[in-house]
Amino acid sequence: MKKNHKEYKLSNGLKILLKEIHTAPLISSWVWYRVGSRDEASGRTGISHWVEHMQFKGTPQFPASSLDRDISRDGGMWNAFTFMDWTAYLETMPAEKIDLGLRLEADRMTNSLFDEKEVASERTVVISEREGNENEPLFKLSEAVQQAAFRVHPYHHEVIGDLVDLKSMSRDELYQHYRTYYVPNNAVLGIAGDFKTDEMLARIRELFEPIPAGPIPPRLARPEPEASGEHQLTIEGPGETTYLEISYHAPAGDDPDFFPLTVMDSLLAGPSGLSVFGGGGLSNKTSRLYRALVEKELAVGVNGNTNTTLDPYLYSVTITVHPKRKPEEVLKALDDEMKRIQDEIVTIEEVSRAIKQARALFAYHSENITSQASWLGHAEMFSSYDWFITYLDKLSKVTPADVQKAAQKYLRKQNRVVGTYLPKGAEVKA
Amino acid sequence: MNKRQQSLPGPDDITRVSLPNGITVMVRANFNSPSVVIGGHLSSGSLFDSDEKLGVADFTALGLMRGTETRPFQKIFDELESAGANLSYGAGAHNTGFSGRSLSEDLPLILTLLADTLRHPIFPPEEIERLRAQFMTSLAQRAEDTADMASITFDQIVFEGHPYARPEDGWPETIRAIQRDDLANFHRRCYGPRGMVIALVGAVDPKNAVEAVAKVLGDWSNPEQLETPALPPVKPIKKTVTRKVKIPGKSQADLVIGASGPYRKDPDYIADTLGNSALGQFGLGGRIGDVVREKSGLAYYASSTLNAGIGPGSWSVSAGVNPANIQKARDLICREIGLFVEKGITAEELADSQSNFIGRLPLSLESNSGVANALLNIERYDLGMDYYRRYPDLVRAVTPEQILSAVRKYLDPERLAIAVAGP
Repeated sequence: MKKNHKEYKLSNGLKILLKEIHTAPLISSWVWYRVGSRDEASGRTGISHWVEHMQFKGTPQFPASSLDRDISRDGGMWNAFTFMDWTAYLETMPAEKIDLGLRLEADRMTNSLFDEKEVASERTVVISEREGNENEPLFKLSEAVQQAAFRVHPYHHEVIGDLVDLKSMSRDELYQHYRTYYVPNNAVLGIAGDFKTDEMLARIRELFEPIPAGPIPPRLARPEPEASGEHQLTIEGPGETTYLEISYHAPAGDDPDFFPLTVMDSLLAGPSGLSVFGGGGLSNKTSRLYRALVEKELAVGVNGNTNTTLDPYLYSVTITVHPKRKPEEVLKALDDEMKRIQDEIVTIEEVSRAIKQARALFAYHSENITSQASWLGHAEMFSSYDWFITYLDKLSKVTPADVQKAAQKYLRKQNRVVGTYLPKGAEVKA
Repeated sequence: MNKRQQSLPGPDDITRVSLPNGITVMVRANFNSPSVVIGGHLSSGSLFDSDEKLGVADFTALGLMRGTETRPFQKIFDELESAGANLSYGAGAHNTGFSGRSLSEDLPLILTLLADTLRHPIFPPEEIERLRAQFMTSLAQRAEDTADMASITFDQIVFEGHPYARPEDGWPETIRAIQRDDLANFHRRCYGPRGMVIALVGAVDPKNAVEAVAKVLGDWSNPEQLETPALPPVKPIKKTVTRKVKIPGKSQADLVIGASGPYRKDPDYIADTLGNSALGQFGLGGRIGDVVREKSGLAYYASSTLNAGIGPGSWSVSAGVNPANIQKARDLICREIGLFVEKGITAEELADSQSNFIGRLPLSLESNSGVANALLNIERYDLGMDYYRRYPDLVRAVTPEQILSAVRKYLDPERLAIAVAGP
């Protein structure tokens, strides 16, 4: 893929990536901050996500009541997301209206109010968000697995945070977190759409360059020691359905092993889409795990999930167990498949098929300006935009031997956590 | 015509062709990305289902891809997935819908698979049993989902005695009662080209696209194809009805409050959507979002929804709240509905929503799937090929008075359906 974007750095350290796309009269702008749940010490879990909520609560120039009104009046779409490694804010607007989005982002990089009353009302909103998550068995399971997988590294807690911290954190802690991490030299601005690069850059300079740089915020860096054996855990909750989540420690997004692992995931559980938030993939009915588990009536569904994280995180397989089966039987069949991909080299045809699927998913992703804009900054959060430009090339170079090596390295039992969600009161109907 | 308008579909860039067997083909080219989307529907919805075997239409739709006369299940998906393509089916009350996408080079492949699965499915018994287990699991998950159960319960109140009161995916006992032959019979009687619409959007020449559809579906006929059953009117509820579904062990309850709503073809539909925007959509959820979420911090989500289709629709407000706050949220929402019905919306609120509806059009019609949906709407509701270009004028023409009288036709604070699902 050829380079058709431009990169700049402002004097205050803000990195800019601009990509002209003239297919529709739209512009999508994303600001990324290098702060997420991995930057939260015990007692402040969930603070990055809560700060993200507070960024919608107003500045002196854009009071809370007028913020969303102004964007919505212009027919814009805006949102924000907090992940383990980053927090991102996006506006996709009719091209001639994007200036509002840019002014808003420049303003709330430093001027958000964090009004005490707004903090109080948002506390219950965030708690309510957590309660909604807790309604989902798969949230409870993945929270437990994540925590078991990371004893040392701050990837151990969910982005939403723990209830006890959500109840106790103060306005000043939130504000401090905001002021520490929301500085231009800790941010990336990626914009794609219907504009002229030189005009856009000039406007960005006007709006963002006056913002003073701050000290580069520290990042928590506590590498997870190698696990000394398989962890198994069980959680219980309401319902009739049993779920399994098997998570293997996996390489960071920037690690060369990430690409063989992506091909391996595609063969095992089907290809994943190119959305920043996962999903958007294809059906996976010809994947190895579907054939071994669903076709054999051990499970009713299976999917795999890789993550482009800054530090090594997890490769997860999530299984919905067949109502007439026990989780142990399913795990045994999964283990047989994992052993097969470690012992028997995959065919060149299987690898080529995974590449063709990736090429199709890449084309689908390119239909949409918001999605194209997202990768400008997203890739910078764990690598660089070059990672994205060369994504298909790097996948194309993966060989069957690379896939086998990755399977042998990562799909070891000692390297995993096996989590089971057991529905309370439901008997296995044999 | 300016650049903005040009980006919207219109008579000069939509191709519409009726095949002799009754299939309507709609195409719009977009060569910005080397991919293509298909979408469409047939008239085989769950209105044909009996109460005892509710779910036959949906089960049949999901069964289409489980094997055909010439392609076993694994072969269908091997062809699709090898190409990085998607194709899937599902049934609603009126229709069986389908959607798919592929690289444009693989359009012939998805059309071939579409035609084969529509025309020659064999519903292999063992595949149907596998599918049944998956179906039963998704119903068990649905029974545990507070939002799903609140919404089903709401429909049961609003559409009592009407087919819309029934969930298209049935109930565990009805799915258990369905036999493999029920699916084959449903397919024989209800699937056919009459009433079928297919939209294709993407990197394809419209003439070639129409020919490609005609090649695989042009000779399809089904003399047995039944007419869709007539839809009875909805009986408005006489006083507020509240129903609770208990789902133990949950941390959050879901609440749905509202009443029946307009048909999509009703002349006041656009006024209704603008009113709905001010009530619970605009910005972070309109008045409802402001009162329930922003001011009271009661919910992570709170908004209103206007559902309008071929038959009578529904107009509702939903929120996810802590179980201790159900009464408080309910009172706040009912109060807002009361104010909305009494006073309507202000000129300023209307101007905000008008501006939003017009401004967001290019964004909603940016992707191939967005355009495919627009084409299907044009066809299903007789909107006219220039609908999306006229739309800004239609939106601008609405007045606060029109909204007030439209709102009062549907919402009455003394006659609301209130559904709650939670611990």
